[in-house]
Amino acid sequence: MKLHRIAAVFLRYFYIYRRSGTRLLETVYWPLLDLVLWGFVTVYLSRHAEGLPQFVAFLLGALILWDILFRAQQGISVSFLEDVWARNFLNIFVSPLTTGEYLMALMLSSLLKILIAGAVLTLMAWLLFSFNIFLIGVSLLPFLLLLVVLGWAIGLVTTAIILRFGQQAEVLAWGIALLFQPVSAVFYPVSVLPPFLQAVARFMPAAHVFEGMRAVISTGAFPKRALLAALALDVVYLAGALLFFFWMFRVVKRKGLLARVGE
Amino acid sequence: MPGRNAVKKTVVEVSSLVKDFKKLRAVDGVSFSVSEGEIVGLLGPNGAGKTTIIHMLLGLTTPTSGRVRIFGLDFARRRSRILQEVNFSSTYTDMPYSLTVQESLRVFARLYGVRGREEKIRGLLETFDLTEIRRKQVRHLSTGQRTRLNLSKALVNDPRVLFLDEPTASLDPDIADRTRKLLKRIKEERGLSILYTSHNMREMEEVSDRVLFLHKGRLLAEGTPAEVMRSFRSRSLEDAFLKVARGKEAGGKGAARP
Repeated sequence: MKLHRIAAVFLRYFYIYRRSGTRLLETVYWPLLDLVLWGFVTVYLSRHAEGLPQFVAFLLGALILWDILFRAQQGISVSFLEDVWARNFLNIFVSPLTTGEYLMALMLSSLLKILIAGAVLTLMAWLLFSFNIFLIGVSLLPFLLLLVVLGWAIGLVTTAIILRFGQQAEVLAWGIALLFQPVSAVFYPVSVLPPFLQAVARFMPAAHVFEGMRAVISTGAFPKRALLAALALDVVYLAGALLFFFWMFRVVKRKGLLARVGE
Repeated sequence: MPGRNAVKKTVVEVSSLVKDFKKLRAVDGVSFSVSEGEIVGLLGPNGAGKTTIIHMLLGLTTPTSGRVRIFGLDFARRRSRILQEVNFSSTYTDMPYSLTVQESLRVFARLYGVRGREEKIRGLLETFDLTEIRRKQVRHLSTGQRTRLNLSKALVNDPRVLFLDEPTASLDPDIADRTRKLLKRIKEERGLSILYTSHNMREMEEVSDRVLFLHKGRLLAEGTPAEVMRSFRSRSLEDAFLKVARGKEAGGKGAARP
């Protein structure tokens, strides 16, 4: 891997975001809207359902973490689409850049998006609802990283599908992560799911992350088991996503579709 | 100083290249080579296989069979090393719209690991008459300005081999003429090898040292523009092209090999 090539692709995304107010706004607009909406719902419910412990922390914490996963996925698939939309894809792939270097640059650009969105959400949650995610403690950090990795895995699969089926599959870049949301137990514990969905949730890294988050908030103890389960599943998901991406990339080159995506 | 008849190094060597898309054979056993400092034109009607060949030479499409060697290295094994000294420009690609001219060149200079990037970029901006508009975003450029930017990107790494896919298709005659002259000048100055597709037959005659005439994925004829014209008993490449496109001339592989 050559760092200067990864830096070049990252620089290209940085220039786009620095110049494009729309892109920057889009990175924070939807998460902020969600935050305000759910924030008020939380305030209302916590006033009328005093029996529910840590309601604000549960919901707003889940919202911020879910957005991190969503941004991580979009950071991969939408950044890739930026090259397709600009008809710049071929210019990049006829350079010495390797596929691995390209993916690394996409991951870095997704980290940039996460940092921007995460910082704005954290600040606004504190200002509007006096919710300080840092009070939960550093225990949350490994869970956060696991969500980023899961977001990358989903982003890689989405990108591979767009490569294969062209721009008609673009809609996946915005919707695919939502497919995992019901079984990821983002806003409710796994125990509320029907038994067959609970079985599915066991194989979802995000479900272990959100269960872990709730454990950290309610007991303050570090849920080692949830972390290990999420870590093991994340490794499997990321390895599977990489294998799928590289396989699809070979198929696309064999079918002559790479050039068609780029023109 | 090498003599006039000094043997020039082969930089691109293509052997028995085949590409099948399902039942369609887009490229059918094509073999050719490009020497150092040579401009070779790929000529043929739509669907002849020109662009597919260029895409295979750049690693965008995997050949069904056959071999591509560039600088004596096997492309399939040494892709990154080879592409470090190769570049490409096409009418069908663009630079990122929201980047300025200068930023686009900075990104690609970094991608190719160019040393003395800012100086190199200044030189290219001057050569392609882009200095005045260096801070303009690509989305606001005219077609001619975009083509010049694409060409300057294609030269940012001082390539030894350049692949051009209809580089002057969207240019007015004045800019197209200036572009052709510039390419010839760069070829003379740096010994650059160029493989080039165009539907402009006069351009092919003017620019190419050698022409490869393709039809339905096969190499029909190969030689200097004059030799190819003779092999088709035509007064111009356009005439030869029309004969092939309208099915009046079957031609024959190697009809005019120098």
